[in-house]
Amino acid sequence: MLLIPCPWCGPREDDEFTFGGEADIPRPADPDALTDEQWADYLFMRDNRRGRHREQWCHTAGCRRWFIVERDTVTNEILGASTYGNSS
Amino acid sequence: MSQPFRLTQGGRIHRDEPLQFTFDGRPIDAFRGDTVASALLANGVTLVGRSFKYHRPRGIVSAGAEDPNAFVQLGRGARTLPNRLATVTPATPGLEVRHVNAWPSLDFDLMSAFGLAAPFIPAGFYYKTLMWPRRFWPLYEHFLRHAAGLGHAPDAPDPDRYDHVHAHCDVLVVGAGAAGLAAARAAAQTGARVIVADEQAKFGGGLLSTSERVDGLPAPQWADAATAQLSSASDVTLLPNTTAFGLYESNLVLLAERLHTDQPDNAGAESGARVWRVLPRQIVLATGAHERPLLFANNDRPGVMLAGAISTYVNRYAVVTGSRAVLFTNNDSAYRTALDLVEAEVPVAAIADVRVDPDGILPAQTRAQGIPIHTGAVVVQAHGRGRLAAAELCSLDGAPLGTVECDLLGVSGGFAPALHLHAQAGAPMTWNPQIAAFAPQPSHDIHPAGAVTGQLDLASALRQGTAAGAAAAAAAGCSNGHTPAAPQAAETPTSDLKPYWLPPGDLARTKPQFVDVHEDVTLDDLRLSLREGFESIEHVKRYTTLGMGPDQGKLANPLATGVIAELLGRDPASVGTPRHRPAYSPVSLGAIAGRHIGELADPVRVTPMQDWHESAGTRFENVGQWRRAWYYPHPGESMHEAVARECLAVRHRVGILDYSTLGKIEVTGPDAGEFLDRVYTNAWKRLRPGRCRYGLMLGKDGMIFDDGVTARLDHQRYLMFTSTANAAPVLAWLEQWLQTEWTDLRVYLTSVSEHWSNIALAGPRSREVLAAAGTDIPLAREDFPFMTFREGTVAGVPARVFRISFSGELSYEINVPADRARHVWEALFDAGRSFGITPYGTETMHVLRAEKGFIIVGQETDGSVTPEDVGLGRLLSRRKDFLGKRSLSRPDSVRPDRKQLVGLLTDDPAQVLPEGGHVVDAPGRRRPLPMRGHVTSSYFSPVLGRSIALAMVAGGRAALGERLYVATLDDDRWLPARSCHPVFYDPQGARQHV
Ligand SMILES: [Zn+2]
Repeated sequence: MLLIPCPWCGPREDDEFTFGGEADIPRPADPDALTDEQWADYLFMRDNRRGRHREQWCHTAGCRRWFIVERDTVTNEILGASTYGNSS
Repeated sequence: MSQPFRLTQGGRIHRDEPLQFTFDGRPIDAFRGDTVASALLANGVTLVGRSFKYHRPRGIVSAGAEDPNAFVQLGRGARTLPNRLATVTPATPGLEVRHVNAWPSLDFDLMSAFGLAAPFIPAGFYYKTLMWPRRFWPLYEHFLRHAAGLGHAPDAPDPDRYDHVHAHCDVLVVGAGAAGLAAARAAAQTGARVIVADEQAKFGGGLLSTSERVDGLPAPQWADAATAQLSSASDVTLLPNTTAFGLYESNLVLLAERLHTDQPDNAGAESGARVWRVLPRQIVLATGAHERPLLFANNDRPGVMLAGAISTYVNRYAVVTGSRAVLFTNNDSAYRTALDLVEAEVPVAAIADVRVDPDGILPAQTRAQGIPIHTGAVVVQAHGRGRLAAAELCSLDGAPLGTVECDLLGVSGGFAPALHLHAQAGAPMTWNPQIAAFAPQPSHDIHPAGAVTGQLDLASALRQGTAAGAAAAAAAGCSNGHTPAAPQAAETPTSDLKPYWLPPGDLARTKPQFVDVHEDVTLDDLRLSLREGFESIEHVKRYTTLGMGPDQGKLANPLATGVIAELLGRDPASVGTPRHRPAYSPVSLGAIAGRHIGELADPVRVTPMQDWHESAGTRFENVGQWRRAWYYPHPGESMHEAVARECLAVRHRVGILDYSTLGKIEVTGPDAGEFLDRVYTNAWKRLRPGRCRYGLMLGKDGMIFDDGVTARLDHQRYLMFTSTANAAPVLAWLEQWLQTEWTDLRVYLTSVSEHWSNIALAGPRSREVLAAAGTDIPLAREDFPFMTFREGTVAGVPARVFRISFSGELSYEINVPADRARHVWEALFDAGRSFGITPYGTETMHVLRAEKGFIIVGQETDGSVTPEDVGLGRLLSRRKDFLGKRSLSRPDSVRPDRKQLVGLLTDDPAQVLPEGGHVVDAPGRRRPLPMRGHVTSSYFSPVLGRSIALAMVAGGRAALGERLYVATLDDDRWLPARSCHPVFYDPQGARQHV
């Protein structure tokens, strides 16, 4: 069980949330300019980091807002949460 | 006197409240305050079960949750509970208790008769013997199921309700013995929110069975006072009969609270048990320690008990568990038992102490009582059949010291901390040579206190508990600046324990010496395991089943660590202990499931027309959580006949379909058009208000994710229909893009699936029916053409009417507020009677759309299908980017031999192909047979008078008309067909435009 700090609702149990994978992988501005390899890298390749990891979570059964959580993948300690752009 | 082993005075039982329960049908007299075990012992019941593998007679060993033998079945029928421990189950009036593992009976045991003739089953027996020949497995299984039974499941659904409680607190105290009570007091006085859980019915733990004093009061009285004080404190929750059985990520602790234990079989109780999901800021672990058994031959004989348990039965329950005792120990604690027995007038015939020179206060006091103490001595064998009759002693160097008659043998191999929860947390533990056991290391949020630390004396427990409670409260942010004084108890200097694992030399090797009494794992089994190379303690566990019973090896594992270390000549610290897993002790499945059963486990969604469908005799099918009308058979009609009738009604007259389950999302805002342009493959910004368009939504990988019609309600407002199953995933997908990537777009999404019901009228007479039901919307073709939408009223109800078609017929999908939908449905149905209106369900809907070659996402597509694959390439805009577009130019996306949507017409028009059937070029028995594709949809088409099918076939579009075969489950039966264009009916689409 993780206690996830939703920036809007406060800490809640993880079964209210949906995991959205690694954060900071924006959709390329001009996909047509990418090679197939670069496009495949965007689509499929993730870092699977050991330690501090920035990842996306959505408070699906709450406010339905997406936000970014920084979590230690070894200890599962949650180091912080932040919001996207002008979504706050 | 009916309780021959009950002392005439003393104990913490209520002699003025006698009660009776039954054990295997035999009445057992007890008092309130008894456990089932203490009452059985008071009545001289020494045999409570037979062992798992050898069916040896077994008795009660302990007075707590660590007992390996005292598993019983409680109650009967639907409320029966297997795997309950007699040692922690309160004795209650009328309770039915039965033994669980002595087939065919407790007294006469057939298996035991086997055991006399057969050698002991060695470890690994199951792996080695029962593996083959395979055809004997049913026989083995039958044998094993009988032999391995541990109670039985209820014979009917459990009528009780079970609850889950989600709780938060500052400090959770696990265990309400001396340390736990002291900790709870210290934490509570800071104002912290405290929860205290203890597995026993009464708080106090070891305080209830000791003759020591706390703050000048007899220990049990102090426990009562401390409990009363806590129960009157605000923000303190006391949970007796509650076992903390698991500690998980983020220190989530699960507690199982057994409710209404005072009522037989929980009869009349609303709730059988609760599982508490507690998220404490800090945890005080005051779980105590389990006394360790000792190895000697026949150490499983009823009458062999943990020394501490003997004291507990005497002091707390006023029960003597024998009439003549021998004690066998490697530490001081058994001497307290000796003194307790003397006090209870049970002669102690001898004490065998492994240590050469025990010099503590307790041995001195015992010696003063004239009890013979053999130092440097051990018990090597228990004698007696069925019940202990004598103990054979010898010195550590093997010299016989004689056989002493006794019916009670108290053993103490020291105490192993009950660090299960601590270990589950992954918190560090270290080998403590002083106690020859692993002990927990404090962490920043788990504070061990009392015997679990390895400090066994009362004064230490009170001190540590007070300190731990204060520290935990402070760490939780609740300090009030001063630490309360610890309750005081007399210090009792003790002499050191001497580890004792293996009997010296080869003493007593002919009789089994049980390391794990519950699982019938012997010293020889451990030796065999090590000899065969299974040396890691986890391997030993799996090879021998050590610690695998419902008791989870609470007594066996700490003993095994030392035994294995000595057999391997290694340091016990490096041997370790098997991983501690939840659950600490058995928890009923009902409690774990809680309210998440039946409809609350998987809710059923229905539309406002559900009652109407039911009264029309509808057959339903489940679509996700929706219950949808499948077809409406007339009396005597088969499904095939009903569907044929419904299909023809739509094609020739008019049908009515409850299509309320479609997902509906309102997309509003100045940038709504731009947003749709990005998520759909086709163009939306220029769609005029009042018009509808079919859209395809792709994943980032270019594969079809969802499809449906979207209408432009007005300049800044669109209504998107999604497939029934994808309503939630599509909304989530759209939200994610808006919130994480396109945060500059001014777009707002609202799910309105439940707000608007959707009634489809389809068929050539549908315009007339709609008019007859009453509408202010002009319905003439030129006023309300295909792929447009109008707002108005239908049958007096505000409605959005969409002229779209999933059947290929003239069709109106009428959206009305859900609370008026039943009225509109009935008005349309009544208006349609003279036109022969026919309600139709999902099966007919599927046939009609298949006749038109319309795909269903999830049926024709499977997450690996592109728009081109299903012939919808015309929907891919070349003038704009959209999600998934880049993936469509990957080499794999443009392979000519990708599976493509085709129609299949069987040679035999009556033959309906099996859905999912493999499509091949030619029949053959050679394997693997190259596969061209698979059948995705297959029906009998009533309007065409023949079967039709859709299939995904590799390179199929370029080879329309080719000969193909579809495999069946019969190797020799192949169904010949020809491929064709996937639109079977009205290929020009004329009918929907009328
Ligand atoms: Zn939230």
